[in-house]
Amino acid sequence: MGENISTRVAYGKALAKYGENENIYVFDADLKKCTMTEYFEERFPERFFNIGIAEANMVDIGAGFATCGATALVHTFAIFAAGRVYDQVRNSVCYPNLNVKVVGSHAGLTVGEDGATHQALEDISLMRTLPNMTVIVPCDSYETEMAVKAMLEQKGPCYLRTGRPNLECVTDTFDGYHFEIGKGAQLVDGSDVTIIACGLMVQEALKAVDLLKAEGISARMIDLHTIKPIDREIIVKAAKETGAIVTAEEHNVYGGLGSAVAEVVVKECLVPMEFVGVEDTFGHSGAPFDLLKHFGLTAENIALKAKKAIARK
Amino acid sequence: MDAKKQNELCRQACMIRKVLLETIHNAGSGHIGGSMSIAEILSVLYFNRMNVDPKDPDKIDRDRLVLSKGHCSPAMYATLALKGFFPMEHLKTFRKIDSDLSGHVEIHVPGVDMSAGSLGQGLSVALGMAMFAKAKGYGNNVYAIMGDGEIQEGQIWEAAMAAGFYHVNNLIAFVDNNGLQLDGRLSEVMDPNPIDEKFRAFGWNAVVVDGHDVAAIDDALEQAYQCKDKPTAIVCRTIKGKGVSVFEDQVRFHGGQPTDEEWKTAFAEIEAQLAKWEA
Repeated sequence: MGENISTRVAYGKALAKYGENENIYVFDADLKKCTMTEYFEERFPERFFNIGIAEANMVDIGAGFATCGATALVHTFAIFAAGRVYDQVRNSVCYPNLNVKVVGSHAGLTVGEDGATHQALEDISLMRTLPNMTVIVPCDSYETEMAVKAMLEQKGPCYLRTGRPNLECVTDTFDGYHFEIGKGAQLVDGSDVTIIACGLMVQEALKAVDLLKAEGISARMIDLHTIKPIDREIIVKAAKETGAIVTAEEHNVYGGLGSAVAEVVVKECLVPMEFVGVEDTFGHSGAPFDLLKHFGLTAENIALKAKKAIARK
Repeated sequence: MDAKKQNELCRQACMIRKVLLETIHNAGSGHIGGSMSIAEILSVLYFNRMNVDPKDPDKIDRDRLVLSKGHCSPAMYATLALKGFFPMEHLKTFRKIDSDLSGHVEIHVPGVDMSAGSLGQGLSVALGMAMFAKAKGYGNNVYAIMGDGEIQEGQIWEAAMAAGFYHVNNLIAFVDNNGLQLDGRLSEVMDPNPIDEKFRAFGWNAVVVDGHDVAAIDDALEQAYQCKDKPTAIVCRTIKGKGVSVFEDQVRFHGGQPTDEEWKTAFAEIEAQLAKWEA
C-alpha cells in the first residue's frame, strides 16, 4: 500500500530514490524543506545546489546545465515556478527544448493558510501553453513516484505539480493501474457520465462515483495525470460511451484540465460538459480542506455537476 | 601579444564588422550598433582564446559562450561563419522565413551554445554551464557577453551573487559598455555605473579595458585565467556602432536602419580599414 502522504513528500522521496544517475542535478531556491529536495541533497550532496531566493537565476542555471547534457530539476512553489519565472521557463527552457524539469510544489488552494498570494490556480494553464512542455499533475504518493521515474526517463521540458496536504493513496489499489506519461488511467468504468480529474480531485471524484452509484447513476472515472500531451483517445472513448463529461481540478476553471479536455471534446466528439474548479477568483487563507469546500471542490459538487451534464444530453 | 598577432585579430574584428553589415544590409533589418561594438571581443575569443572546433561543434569539454545580448546575433553569426561553423553563403538567409539564423541567437545554429533574446538571462545560463564544467572536472571556460543596458535587469545580479558565492572562476563575463540603450544614453535612462565596483562587491574579479584594444582584452583574459577563486568581469569601454563614422555613438542605430547613402559610407570605410590591416 502506498503511503498517505503529500505528493510533495512523495516527490522528494522518489527523487532521492531514482536520482542515482550522475547526470541528474537538483536545484532549489531556499525551499528544500518544503519542496522536499532535502532528501536528494542528503543522498547526493555533490549534485544539489541551493541558489537562494532567486528563482529566475535557478531556472537559467538549470538551463545552462541542460545545454551540457545534464538533466536539471528546478524546484520552488508552483506560484513562482509557473508565474514569477514564466519568461525564463519559456525562453530558456521550452524554446531551446532543454532537459529541464520544473517542479512546482504547494500548488492550488491547499497551501492553505498562507493565502491567495501563494495559491497557484493558473499554473497548469500557463505551463500547458508552452510548446515542448509536458505537464503532469499526480494525485497521490504512488502516482507521484511513478511520475518521477517516468519524467527522469523522458528527455525535454516538463512541469510537475505537487501539493502540500497529506492525501489518501488510491491509485495502487486499482488492478491494472499503470502510469505512462500522456496516458490517462481509467480507475472506474461506468456508462452514464465520465468524471475526469487530476491531482487531489481524483480522490474527490472517486467519492463522487460512490455518491452517484447510490442514486443509481453509473459514472466512469478517469485520472488524467498528464494534462499535456493529452490522452485524446481516452477522452473520445469516454465521450462516445458515456455521453457526458465532468472535469475536476484544483485550479481555475479557465485554462487548466477542464479546458484541455474541452478542446478535445469540441473537436472530436461533442457531448455536454461541466467543470469543477475555482470559478475565476483568487483564493484566500484558511485550512486546506475548508478552502476546498468553500470553493466547491468537493465530491458532492462533482456529483451535482455530473447530474447536470447528464440532464443536458 | 606580438604585433603580428595583434594585427591579425584587428583584421578579424574588421572582417566581423564587414560581414555583419553585409548580413544586416541583405536582411533589411538587424541590430547594427551593439553588434559593431563587440567585434574585438569576439575576434579575441574565437581567433585566439576559445577552445572550439567547427568540425566538432558539440564537443562536451569545449569552451562555451552565451551571447546574452542576443539581439547582436549578426556579430555572432558573422564570427561563426568566419570561423567555419557554417558557410558564409548561409548568412544571406539571416532573418528569412526558411532560415535557422533568427533575429536573436538560436541554440540550433552550429556553434551557438544558447538561445537568447529576453535580456538578463544569459549570465545565469553561462553560470550553469560553468558550474557543470566544474562539477564534471572538464576544465573548460565559459564566457558571457552582456550589454551595459542589459545589466539593468535584476537577474544579472542574482547570477553575479551566485557566481561569487560558488567561486565559479571559469566564468568570464564581458560587459559591452557602449553607453547607449534603445531609449537613449544609459546616463539618462538608468545608469548602472560603476559596473566594475558592483561586480567586485558580489565577489568577482573585475577589470576595465578599452574594448576595441585586442591586446588589452587578451591581457584581461590572461588575468581571468590566473584567478583561481573568483569569476571575472571584463568591463569593455566601447563605442556603439564602432568602425563606421556615421554609426558611432548614435542611439538610432541600436536597431534602426541606415539610408542608402549611409550604407555606402559604411562599406567604403570598412573596406579602407580592411585594406590597412591586410597591408
